[in-house]
Amino acid sequence: MPAIGDRAPAFTLEDTSGTPHRLDGAPATVVVFTCNHCPYALAWHQRIVDVARDYAGAGVRVLAINPNDAERYPRDSAAQMRARVERGEFEGVRYLRDESQQVARAYDAKTTPDVFVLDAGGVLRYRGAPDSDYDDPSQNALWLRGALDAVLEGGTPDPAETVPVGCSIKWRP
Amino acid sequence: MRRPATASATAKVGLMKVELLFWEGCPSYTKALADLRASLTDSGLDPDGVVLREIETEADAESHQFVGSPTIRIDGVDVQPLPDEPTGLTCRVYRRRDGRVSPTPDPADVRDALRAAALSAASDRS
Repeated sequence: MPAIGDRAPAFTLEDTSGTPHRLDGAPATVVVFTCNHCPYALAWHQRIVDVARDYAGAGVRVLAINPNDAERYPRDSAAQMRARVERGEFEGVRYLRDESQQVARAYDAKTTPDVFVLDAGGVLRYRGAPDSDYDDPSQNALWLRGALDAVLEGGTPDPAETVPVGCSIKWRP
Repeated sequence: MRRPATASATAKVGLMKVELLFWEGCPSYTKALADLRASLTDSGLDPDGVVLREIETEADAESHQFVGSPTIRIDGVDVQPLPDEPTGLTCRVYRRRDGRVSPTPDPADVRDALRAAALSAASDRS
């Protein structure tokens, strides 16, 4: 499990069109574990997409990873993921499938959503919730944006760690 | 959090039976319970009369027709019925009146359901 300041686990995962993605040394990378069926993930979703749009010019990549067991939670199937992407719900965000759940385990992801911010060297600089209240859109992913601003300026996010809030990841039995 | 005992018996809020069914794996039930109690208070009803029912297994979910946590029923009627939803241990997705997705129902929907149940109970008595 990576701690703040550790190098985050490398991975290669395919998006909904089968294209593989890996950490590529972008100035900052957001790795967010998320899914289709969780109300917390859905409530925060647009704020994540807005972050991707607003920070694209700075070279920030946003990789959304769905690790849930789709056999028990069919709404998290690859087909349902693809349908959301085709509806335009992931503008600027790559939606990746963690079928084996190995990436979620390597990151010790707890919930959907669970947000990790990595710097250009792949070092974990922030982990937690996008902001303090899923129910308040005006929060606008404040913690995530603050972490990205700090990383892009070469500083230290404050807070660097918050408690992720959401649905538990649906591990395979 | 003040938490009444999980009860198998029927408790009444006035003349209504108000139940909150929840699954521990979804954290939203604490907020749903607080909102429900506030709605009961706003409606002049006893906020402590809520029956909490924990759903622990898929078999429980099926036998209680539990489609996600939290589920609020007033006199057995879901405040936002989802007739085609499969039962299971999951977090429930609600739509607020402004269109936002939320893990908890819109308090206005809960108050409306309480009002409807009160009117129905009054009608039954007359």
